[in-house]
Amino acid sequence: MENGAYAIELKGISKAFGPVQANRDINIAVPRGTIHGIIGENGAGKSTLMSILYGFYRADAGQILINGKPTAIPDSQSAIRAGIGMVFQHFKLVQNFTVLENVILGAEDGPMLNSSLAKARKTLAELSQEYELDVDPDALVEDLSVGHQQRVEILKALYRQADILILDEPTGVLTPAEADHLFRILKGLKAQGKTIILITHKLREIMEATDNVSVMRRGTMVDTVRTAETSPEQLAELMVGRKVLLEVEKAPASPGAVVLSVQDLRVKDEHGVERLKGVSFEIRAGEILGIAGVAGNGQSELMEALGGMIRATGAVTLKGQPLPLSGKGADGQSRRRAGIAHVPEDRHHHGLILDFTAWENMAFGYFNEPEYQKNRLLMDNAAIRADTAKKMETFDVRPPIPGLQAKSFSGGNQQKIVVAREFEQDPDLLLVGQPTRGVDIGAIEFIHKQLIALRDAGKAVLLVSVELDEIMSLSDRIAVMFDGKIMGFRDPDTTDERELGLLMAGITGKGEAA
Amino acid sequence: MDRLPRWADVALVPLVSLILAFAIAALVILAIGQDPWEAITVMVQGSVMNAYGWGYTLYYATSFMFTGLAVCVAFHASMFNIGGEGQALLGGLGVALACLFVPWPHWSLALIGATASAAAFGAVWAAIPAWLQAKRGSHIVITTIMFNYIAASLLQYLLVNTLKPVGQADPASANFPPATHLPALNDIPLLNLVFTKAVPANVTLFIALAMAVLVWVLLWHTRLGYQIRAFGKSEAGARYAGINPTFVIMVVMLISGGLAGMMAINNVMGEAERLLGNSASGAGFIGIAVALMGRNHPLGVVLAALLFGFLFQGGAELGLWTKIPIEMRIVVQGLVILFTGALDVMVRMLLVRIFALFRPRTMEAA
Amino acid sequence: MDYATFLQMLDSTLRLATPLMLACIAGLYSERAGIFDIGLEGKMLAAAMCAGAAAALSGSVWWGLLAGIGGSLVFAAIHGVTSITFRGNQLISGVALNFLASGLTVLVAQSMFGQGGRTPPLNGPARFQPIALPFAEEARAIPVIGPFYDEVISGHPLPVYAAFAVVALTWWVLYRTRFGLRLRAVGENPAAVDTAGVSVVGLRYAAVMVTGVLCGLAGAYMATALQAGFGKEMTAGRGYIALAALIFAKWRPVAAMWACLLFGFFQALANRPDVVEAVVQVKVPVPFLTALPYVLTVLVLAGFVGKAIPPRAGGEPYVKER
Repeated sequence: MENGAYAIELKGISKAFGPVQANRDINIAVPRGTIHGIIGENGAGKSTLMSILYGFYRADAGQILINGKPTAIPDSQSAIRAGIGMVFQHFKLVQNFTVLENVILGAEDGPMLNSSLAKARKTLAELSQEYELDVDPDALVEDLSVGHQQRVEILKALYRQADILILDEPTGVLTPAEADHLFRILKGLKAQGKTIILITHKLREIMEATDNVSVMRRGTMVDTVRTAETSPEQLAELMVGRKVLLEVEKAPASPGAVVLSVQDLRVKDEHGVERLKGVSFEIRAGEILGIAGVAGNGQSELMEALGGMIRATGAVTLKGQPLPLSGKGADGQSRRRAGIAHVPEDRHHHGLILDFTAWENMAFGYFNEPEYQKNRLLMDNAAIRADTAKKMETFDVRPPIPGLQAKSFSGGNQQKIVVAREFEQDPDLLLVGQPTRGVDIGAIEFIHKQLIALRDAGKAVLLVSVELDEIMSLSDRIAVMFDGKIMGFRDPDTTDERELGLLMAGITGKGEAA
Repeated sequence: MDRLPRWADVALVPLVSLILAFAIAALVILAIGQDPWEAITVMVQGSVMNAYGWGYTLYYATSFMFTGLAVCVAFHASMFNIGGEGQALLGGLGVALACLFVPWPHWSLALIGATASAAAFGAVWAAIPAWLQAKRGSHIVITTIMFNYIAASLLQYLLVNTLKPVGQADPASANFPPATHLPALNDIPLLNLVFTKAVPANVTLFIALAMAVLVWVLLWHTRLGYQIRAFGKSEAGARYAGINPTFVIMVVMLISGGLAGMMAINNVMGEAERLLGNSASGAGFIGIAVALMGRNHPLGVVLAALLFGFLFQGGAELGLWTKIPIEMRIVVQGLVILFTGALDVMVRMLLVRIFALFRPRTMEAA
Repeated sequence: MDYATFLQMLDSTLRLATPLMLACIAGLYSERAGIFDIGLEGKMLAAAMCAGAAAALSGSVWWGLLAGIGGSLVFAAIHGVTSITFRGNQLISGVALNFLASGLTVLVAQSMFGQGGRTPPLNGPARFQPIALPFAEEARAIPVIGPFYDEVISGHPLPVYAAFAVVALTWWVLYRTRFGLRLRAVGENPAAVDTAGVSVVGLRYAAVMVTGVLCGLAGAYMATALQAGFGKEMTAGRGYIALAALIFAKWRPVAAMWACLLFGFFQALANRPDVVEAVVQVKVPVPFLTALPYVLTVLVLAGFVGKAIPPRAGGEPYVKER
């Protein structure tokens, strides 16, 4: 049989996890030597599809054709043999191995290491020449930056002579500059005849880098179009299934007195590396300050330091009262007593205890509240349940069952539980991190409205989000963070995505890199 | 993997695990050329068919309740306290010091004093590994194992060099004064109508049961218990909620060590009435099995402790009346720990398969 | 202490360190692959019983060795099935297997030989005999080094030499071979191994089985060389000391050898309190010497003597995720 024109063809792929149909009758054909985008919301089934391609899951039905030939991919070994290389969102590298050791792992030449290492060193030198993929082969992976670790992943795939390279959300952890570099690398690979599949939920990247794009929604493949013949608006509509209103209705802010004042806030991580390098700002009552930036540029540290989760130095006052940044009084309990509510960025690791019931989660962080106590010794579980039922109704959590475990709720409803708990505390300051990550559109609109309502009620809000649209539409002022510093403040009405994007890459107005 | 109905998860999984463990135990007995049916008959006869047997079964069960609760409390904070053995040994030291060096006027006061002393000694022995875990990140499983051995050496030293009365050959303390002797069940009015012969089970049983209730209240009805469980489920979450990890680890291990130490009032004060070298005799480890079997719930721990009390007493009967060595009970314990603790996924997978067999039929019927 | 006594102490250190070394390296394979094994003790005990029984029945130490390894492998296989295939709690599995070994060994020995849970005393070809190295006799004449060679280096049964060979071999395997690279990787990040197309399950089973073989060797040595037959609980916590040594050595083979020699030396001292007293001029209680390895390990764990960082994926069952 002649090799077809397609590098990969999927025919009728379906996959269910219990009652959840993750992929339903997926058909897709990727021409050889192209960059093919797959776009969809969180939970649309993109990652499941790629896991099937890489032999992690077996499809319930359907067929995979590689270069026109039906190919079974029962495990990763078969995927590699079929010429598929995968760059996962979370890198699969051994941290205390060198780059070289990581590259040869599983692709050694024989039972002895020395010859394999020598050969890999040579090949690596050639590859890095060819594709701008320079990495020190003898560096330990744990010492490399995220961008360099990603290059190691790409090198791993190329070393295994992958013809088809799949990248899953590759830019989530990259700065715009690093992302640009990545796209240059991908275009170089394409020029060499490699086929690339780029999975993302970012419209901009699809428009910038791909030749064709397939849109997934709720486990089905909605459409495949040529990138040149589509627009971000059309893709967004395909993704969501209806017209998307990215604008949030809100009246102009009427800021009052200063609520939070942050002076020269600094945070070091456990390796002694400074993650927050002297951040200063103020938030007034009735104002939302949005922090824009690529993930990993100090936003998490900022939130956690203000929330009392990690130690910091500097001077922070809340309504004029100084907040301790280390030692006694620098913990989540003290912060809550001081009047700070906190919707954490990661609801699974921080915001909720997934094995706890909804009502137990409603007391999470607030187990010392007087209204939750029966007497000095015992908690009043019945009172917590009743309070939970009330809040679940107000915030339309479904199903409204306080006794249900948190893990049994959908992502959006889990987030509503967290939001209900924190928004209802009548705080002076609200820390809100990634409020709509992994949340369906309906819940996003609801949460946005609640946030605006709180602002209008005179609360000070610090909003961190990697979604630029969210920052632009909710904030009254925008601060852009890069490399642990604030690069500048902007007014959302007078700035645009381009200007913010440059700041996010560390490039200030005068065009020089910080 | 599909989920099981809650009742199956709570009751059926342990039951099936237990049945599998016993089935293999029966095979072991067959393999050494003995009769499993005879074995189980002897075990049941000697441990639960008469008051005398119950007197022993309850005595062992009392010890296991303490160590089981100790493991259970720590488990809720994700701390695997494998050092119950050492903590119980130190508890024994606490009991011995309290009984030997304080002139108690009455057993009830002695019981209170010795309980406090036992709990304090056990707690201190758990506090060091706890502090190392909380402050230095040393894995608590390994440190508590090491502390079991250090405790054994310490006790051996003290018994031989300081506590042993002059002229006594075996390494043991002097006998406790009579005022510290606890009433056995056959000494208690009304109960003595049932327990007509002298049995080792004593008033400590009621302390153990009270502790089970207290642990239940602590875990599900107090702020401390809430913090312990939240910390155990998610350390990162606890940091967000403002739960102090050092505080939780220290407190939970002090409670755990205290409970393990309190076991000594049952065997050292209530039964031996002097301190011996190996006073804990494995009860600290059995506590792990009891906590696992009891699904880390105090009620489950009490029931599992009774089961292991039966195994222990029944095992002793085996050694007495059959050709099966007394070590058979260790084998059964091992099997129960293996199936209920380590192979629960296997049992669950098995049950999910079985449930799946029945599901289509019910759907057709509906 | 005179030189002769000193040599005696070293000689007995080697003999006592051998089972520790074998068990410690055994544990190294498992733990480097990400499988915690606190069941070294149980595997050694099972091996000792099997070796004692088989050597007694066949009259040959080689059958004993084979049976010892076989017995240990059965326990290793159970640990593998529980912790790899069924993703059970590795610590609990280890505790359970220690219980099982402790009971089963007595049960089986009693039902086979009826001697109170012991196996019959072994002698002659049923035990490992001391091997006199070449020129040991002749070298005695050389001052200092000669007696050292004759007393300490020469005259041990085969497993003592095998233990040192195992250490060297393990170093080479771990750092110079493909298997070693993969083994180290699977204990650090199994997902990396899995996505590289290598079977995590296969590697971990292989590691657990190597652990079984080496524990078998350690147990067989206990019953057929160090002592003459199996006795109830004869390993007496050596499995845990080996575990302690492994942590003390921070999971590295050569350091493990030194740690085991040190702990073996403590055991030798504990056997000769008179020597200790003569040297330090104070009566040192034996329990103090017995507890020393554990105390040292706690100090290492506490980070007071360098930090012991275990393999990152240790104790975690591997579940595929995206």
